[in-house]
Amino acid sequence: MRNKDCEKYPKNLKYTKTHEWLKIEERKITLGISYFAQEQLGDIVYVELPKIGMEVKEQKMFMEIESSKAVSKIYSPCKGKIVAINKKLGENPGLINSDPYGEGWLVEIEIMSLVLPDTLLDSICYENFLKEEIKDD
Amino acid sequence: MEIKKTPFYEAHQGLEAKMVEFAGYLMPLWYESVKEEAIAVRKAAGLFDISHMGKILIRGRNSLKLIQKLITNDASRLKPGKICYALLCNEKGTVIDDILVYGLGKERYLLVSNAANAEKVLNWLKKWAKKEIGLFSPPEIILKDCPFLALQGPKSEEILRKVGLSETFLNLRYYQCKAGRIFGETAIISRTGYTGEDGFEILIWEPKTPQVVWKKLLKAGRDLGLKPAGLAARDVLRLEAGLPLYGQELSEEITALEAGLEKFVFFGKEFIGKEALLEQKNRGLEKKLIGFEILSGRIARPKYLILKEGREIGQVASGNISHNLNKSIGTGFVKTDFSAPGTLIEIDIRGQKHPAKVSKLPFVKPR
Repeated sequence: MRNKDCEKYPKNLKYTKTHEWLKIEERKITLGISYFAQEQLGDIVYVELPKIGMEVKEQKMFMEIESSKAVSKIYSPCKGKIVAINKKLGENPGLINSDPYGEGWLVEIEIMSLVLPDTLLDSICYENFLKEEIKDD
Repeated sequence: MEIKKTPFYEAHQGLEAKMVEFAGYLMPLWYESVKEEAIAVRKAAGLFDISHMGKILIRGRNSLKLIQKLITNDASRLKPGKICYALLCNEKGTVIDDILVYGLGKERYLLVSNAANAEKVLNWLKKWAKKEIGLFSPPEIILKDCPFLALQGPKSEEILRKVGLSETFLNLRYYQCKAGRIFGETAIISRTGYTGEDGFEILIWEPKTPQVVWKKLLKAGRDLGLKPAGLAARDVLRLEAGLPLYGQELSEEITALEAGLEKFVFFGKEFIGKEALLEQKNRGLEKKLIGFEILSGRIARPKYLILKEGREIGQVASGNISHNLNKSIGTGFVKTDFSAPGTLIEIDIRGQKHPAKVSKLPFVKPR
């Protein structure tokens, strides 16, 4: 069941233009997809999780999630290494829909670049970006 | 082209449906969750807005003659109150559209076509009315724009009984229809559907306030597990039930026989496409529609290649996750040699080969 009442774009998170959210703590990022992304996809039915230890590169695709409607590529915001994956998604990919910022997290990435890219958006900028996106459609 | 809205548009918005443009109409894709909607239809019931479907009334002298000439099935058996499934084929035996034909009375029929094909079917009918029957007494061919709802699932009859629909409607058998009133609206109610479940379709012929029908049905069915359901659930349900979708299992590149629909082709009469189909039947099919399951759980998308030991043997028509079976299922066209259920095949999903198995259609037995 979709949670339509949850906070759509929590203020403590950063967002990308490819609709990932990031929770940044020291040298570690927890990453998932935004409320908007899961709503566009509909019920997620498959998550192709990467292997722990896999190295990821800035703005390079490193995993896929899939709904009946579409396949969606997930991009890494920075150079890094996968240090944790949300194994629950294998059995229950719907967690991404029901709790995109909590139980529906995808991976944890250890940051290997010096600084994070300056293209990351805060929640207000991300919401403005979404409004522009929808207008362009 | 302006995008049309159905009379239920505000109701969909009120339910926070995700809307998409489909065949010129703004339609609900899903409300809360495709999965829950698809499961509700098999366990209880779902209510679909299908107002986008093409509805073409054919009436007057020579109506039967025209229909009989154009459809693959036998229209002479369409007594008033009977419905048949049929294909409209061209001279090559490939499919212009798949339709339902309702017998409404003497020389009075209703064709329900796919939404995207309504104009094409209309022109096809008019062309042949002129060619075949000429200027002298051709039937009238009228495109109707009227609200259309589908109530599908094992609880459908109980829901209609609860709202006080008379027994004459509740006693309709599969592929029968009857005109009457529901919540004050003049409607044609039929025992038909596109989900493989028991159910009814309600065509509101002379709409006054059709929104009332939507609202009252949803309200009456809520306790019984009825949910509003969108196009995405409709698509997965029809795939589970092995029902073809135009543009995927059917097209002007695929013959009625290749699509596995010989049951709906009556060779005991003359019709457009008969010669080509007969010839193909005698020669044998080179390719055939199959169902398959992908073991990895990934989804096959239209046009993905189907392989056998690395060699291309066909293409995917449809693919989806069946929430009712908890499997990745699909259909495709393959060389006849590889079409037997149980045959091991592979699907090329964006460069990766995923093992799959040919399975019997339908995946879910219709009720």
